[in-house]
This record gives sequence, C-alpha cells and structure tokens, in this order.
Amino acid sequence: MKKGQFILSVLVANHAGVLTRVSGLFSRRNYNIDSLNVAVTEDPLFSRMTIIARGDQTVREQITKQLSKLHDVKKIELLTPEKTVLREHLLIKIRVTKKTRGEIVESVNIFRGRVVDFNIDALTVEVTGESDKLDAFIKFVSQFGILEMCRAGALAVKRGAGNDNKEEE
Amino acid sequence: MKATGTKVIIETLIEQGCDTVFGYPGGAVLSIYDELYRHSDKIRHITCAHEQGAAHAADAYARVTGKTGVVIATSGPGATNLVTGIANAYLDSSPIVAITGNVPLSLLGKDSFQEVDITGVTMPITKHNYIVKDVNELADVIRETFFIAQSGRPGPVLIDVPKDVQTAVCNFEHKKTVKKERECFVTEEQLLLAAKLISQSEKPYIYCGGGVVISQAGEEIAKLAEKTDSPIGFSMMGLSAVSADNPYWLGMTGMHGRFASTKAHSEADLIIAVGVRFSDRATGNRAKYTQNAKVIHIDIDPAEINKNISVHCSLVGDVKEVVTKLLDRLEKKTNTQWMDAVQRMKNLETMRSDGDSAMHPEDIIEKVMEYTKDSTIVATDVGQHQMWVAQYYRFKKPRTHLTSGGLGAMGFGMGAAIGGCVASGGKRTVLFTGDGSFGMNLIELATAVTYSLPLVIILFNNGVLGMVRQWQHAFFDSRYSHTTLDRKTDFVKLAQAFGAAGYRATDIKTLEEALENAFKIQGPTVIDCVIDKEEKVYPMIPPEGSIDDIITR
Repeated sequence: MKKGQFILSVLVANHAGVLTRVSGLFSRRNYNIDSLNVAVTEDPLFSRMTIIARGDQTVREQITKQLSKLHDVKKIELLTPEKTVLREHLLIKIRVTKKTRGEIVESVNIFRGRVVDFNIDALTVEVTGESDKLDAFIKFVSQFGILEMCRAGALAVKRGAGNDNKEEE
Repeated sequence: MKATGTKVIIETLIEQGCDTVFGYPGGAVLSIYDELYRHSDKIRHITCAHEQGAAHAADAYARVTGKTGVVIATSGPGATNLVTGIANAYLDSSPIVAITGNVPLSLLGKDSFQEVDITGVTMPITKHNYIVKDVNELADVIRETFFIAQSGRPGPVLIDVPKDVQTAVCNFEHKKTVKKERECFVTEEQLLLAAKLISQSEKPYIYCGGGVVISQAGEEIAKLAEKTDSPIGFSMMGLSAVSADNPYWLGMTGMHGRFASTKAHSEADLIIAVGVRFSDRATGNRAKYTQNAKVIHIDIDPAEINKNISVHCSLVGDVKEVVTKLLDRLEKKTNTQWMDAVQRMKNLETMRSDGDSAMHPEDIIEKVMEYTKDSTIVATDVGQHQMWVAQYYRFKKPRTHLTSGGLGAMGFGMGAAIGGCVASGGKRTVLFTGDGSFGMNLIELATAVTYSLPLVIILFNNGVLGMVRQWQHAFFDSRYSHTTLDRKTDFVKLAQAFGAAGYRATDIKTLEEALENAFKIQGPTVIDCVIDKEEKVYPMIPPEGSIDDIITR
C-alpha cells in the first residue's frame, strides 16, 4: 500500500447505474480513486466493489459517510491492510529474443507468474499479487521492452471466516 | 386489482397522502394526465407556466406542510426544466418527488424525440433516482421514493417512467404507509460530554439551522437557550425556527447577518450548532471559526459531522429527539457577563443603509409587517432583498419563511409563493422579490392569476442586479459590468396585462395605499417599490473573512 492509501470494501445493489453513482460521488466531492474493481457476489442481488482511495483521516471519514448515504450502497468496510488479503492482477506483453527468453521465463517463475501466450518475439505473462510485487516485476522486465500491459484494480477480502455480505440486522 | 402503470402512480400517490401535485403536461405524460383527469376529486393539479416554477412550488409546498411535494413533468425539456428546482430542494433538504415521463423502452438510448437521460442528469442532485422499466416494480418504487424523500435528512427523489411502462398492466394492491420514525443515534457518553462542555462554557451560543425547522424543534431550542442562558443565532434556513420575540433571539448570522448575531458567534467559547451544515456563508473563514470556541454539532446527517468544521462533540439524530435528551442532562445556568456583553453588541446594531431612496428597504419591510400575520407565509427571491428580509422581517412561526438558501436560485420566489399559498389553503402570501429575480420567472404570475392566488408581490425595483453590483462596488472598484439592466419594464402594466393588480410605490404613503388594496383583493398584486440602486446590504463580511473584516456601512 502506498502512503495515504486505504481499502474500502463496498457491498452495493447489483443493478444498472450503481457504478456511476459511486464514481460520480468520488469525482464531485473531489476524492481520488486509485483503483476500483466491481463484480457480482455469490448472491446475484449484490455486487462488491473494492476501492483503493487516498486521503487523510478526514477524507476517509467523509468518503465512508458520503458513500453510506447512497441508497444502493448496502455496507461499507474500511479494511486494514494487515487483516486483509489484497490481490492485483497483471497481464503484460514483453518483447523477447532468443537471448533474453531464458532470463524472462526465469523471472516469471520467481514472481510466481505464468506465461499465457507464447510467440517468437513476444511473451504474454500473468502475475498476481500485491501492488508492490507487480511494480517490482514490471520494473524488472521493462529492460526487455514492454509491448503492452493491462493491470486490474485490487481485490480484497478480510482474512478469517466472516462473510461481509450478510447484513448485520 | 389489475391496473395500468398510470393508475398505479395515481393510486400510490393517494395512498401516500398526496392530494396536491404541481406540473406541466406533455407528450410523455399524457396517460398520467388522463388518469389525473379521472381522479381530479382526489388530487388537485396546479398547472404552472414552466416546469421550474412547478418544481419550486412543490418544494415550497413541502417546506410549508412538512409533507412530500410532488411535481410532474414530461420527458426531455420538461424534465431538464425541473433541474434547478430539484437542485434547490437538494441543497435545502426539502422532500420532493419528481415524476417524469420518458420515451418508450424500445426508443431509450436512441436519441429519440424529447429523450433525455434525466436519471443521469439528476444523479448528483437527488437523494436517489429511478428509471422504472417494469410496471410490476412501479408501486413499490413510488412508495420507496416517498420514504427516501422523508427519511433522515429529507431531499428530492426522481422517478422516470417510460411511456409504455405507464400503459402496461400489472396487479396492484394498496399497502399501509410506513410512518416516519424520529431517529436518534446518540450515546449516553456523548450526551454527558455535551452537557459537560455546556456547563464549562461561559459564553455559549446556539447556532440554529434549517434542521430545527424540519424537525419542528423550535420549542426545544427555546428551552435550551433558557436553560443554558445562551443567545440564539440563525443560519438563513433556520430563521423561522424560533420566534423573533424570543428574548434570546439574535437573528441571522454570517456574511450578511445581523451585527450582534455574527459578533456573538465569533466571540462565543462554545457553539451549539443544531441542524446546520456550517455553510461558508455562515462561517466565513473556517480556520478562524473555531479559534476561540469548542463546537457541539447536532444533526441528523452523520456525513455533516466534521465535513466543514471539526467538532469537539457530535450528536447524530433527529434534532428534536437529541435536544430533548440533552435538556434532561443539563443544569440551569446563568452567564450574566456574557449576556450583558451580547446586549451591548445589540445596542451597537446600526443597519440602516444609506441610499437616497424615499423609502429604505427596511421601511418597506416594516410597513409590510403591519399587514401580515404571524402565520403569513413569506417567500423571497435571491439577492439584496432576500438579505434585507432575512435581517429585518421578524418571523414568528416555523415554516413561514421560504427562501433559496443553499442554491441561491434567482427565480425561486414566484414558484415558491404559489406553492406556499396553495399549501396554506389559499391564505394571503407575501413574496419579496427584486426586479432581477422577478424577471427570471415572472411568467408564473399567470399561474397565480389562473388560480386566483392572493399573492402580495413586493418588488424591490432598483433597475440593477443589486447584490452583484454591491460586490462590484466592494471588490471590483465599482466597475458595474452588465449589472445595470436599463429595461424600461412597466411592472404595473405588466401585472395588469397578466390579469393581476399592479401598483407603484415611490414613498411610504403610496406604499401604504397599495398595501391597503393588495391585502384586500382576491388575486395577486404586484407592488413596484422604487428604491435607490445605491442601497447596500450591511453588515457584510467578505468571503473567507471573519468578524475583523466586517463592513458595517
């Protein structure tokens, strides 16, 4: 996690327009989103958003409270990094030559990534992990030439057996 | 029973206790209007001249009655014309439900005739909005909109209903309405902390806002003032919450607040803020705001706590509930020195402006007060006249002051006066406006004539956009760029052309004659009060300023 960053896990109603409501709130109140990920949960009525945002304590408090006011937002949790499993996903296309292929594949293995597409002059690799790990991998392979890359926002769940989707009544 | 979408709409409105709606017919709401035609015995429809006027009227209706105001408009331009009215209701926490028609489902997203994505447009200015694509969901959505509009901090909600959803058929049964509960989330520790801060303070100040009006907690605030021996200052939205006859009343605080109210606000060692959101117009420079004072914040909206001002103690809940609980935990105290100091501040109040009018704005307002009752609804537009009314008009009863606070929307007044008058059961209603503001929505005079609404329209006519001009005078070396209107409008003839009565008042005597007539006749009256363009609103604290920067003349 970078300085000032925090993770919000937001359970929202799963219907059209919810993403706009949430992202619109961020932009009009002048809050920054570093990443946002959304998909349906095990219950099709709800989606979960994982939002990485940035700001001091006051901003954190305001974002949480303003989000709570949205009718489609059912539950918000501010996740603490230590008690959270946080994953990002990277797809990256790297230029290869006969000479560099070995070193690149070795680095993919060290980073526990996988080669998902193999070509004579390019490799597409997927790597999963925390933000810092992906940054480190990107930095390393940049020397070979990055042809294209695509990085998904973070996903996060709390460690332990609890299920956040169950609303506390 | 089987019902069409429009039948569902009307039946659910009736179920929710709605007996009056404001609106304007059009292509995408033809079926709704057909249903209104058949139910005209149960729901009264006021046809305004423009959807903006209708939205302001619904907003004012909600402010006067406490019920949810309803406005209906067609798709496209009808819907976009509501936008200012909805934003106004949003910023002043007024519960309205806006129902718009839209093009049939199959034409949505095709840039069809009179198609606008109104839910997209109004997303930032509504508490929530809906586009209903399945008639089976319509009834519950309408119930939910009424609930959302009134729950917690009230506000506007919009429902967009495509044309074919209005005519589709579904099963419909009435349901019992859910009564709004007064919410309260305070803990004993918080209450005790508040009580401790109050008992330790020597110079407490109650800063009372619109939340007190909405929660109908004026009496509790009066008790709080008495028990804590503390003066009450008001945000503009809170002005009517406590009677101006109350000995603790100091009137409006802030940028154009009364001198003693603003001065006491800045010198207090404890600010008990109730139902307010610390608007920049009320606080001025926020860094200086809490230099000398601790703050207790009481509000229903948890997001308001620490939003604009960091507070020492917060009590979240319905203002009436919270203050009642707090009162039980307070000891009666006296702050003789402080109250004496406040009295000295009051003695220093010299607000009379120094223009060359034959009658000063405050003279006009005082004269009008001789004719109004405590219960008379007083609407204003936006600008200098609005501030003069806030400073000089002595409001006695809650929900009698209708003004555009947060949005500051010129043109609010005519719609508001109509909505307020209808809400009061057709009682004589006063509108203070200026020639600038009146020009924006004067077409609603036609509506007032049609429904024979007894509006007394006091037009402060100085031929300029007075408030903007005042800022040009203060901050732009009197370069009056485009604020001198030079319009040559004859407002007496204009009123007559609309079928209203019109008078011109150039001094107190002619004003009196005009008022004598205006307060007798059946329909609306416009009184064109000629004032000098050099009249200014004082005191004035420049934006981001503090009491040290106050300009008293």
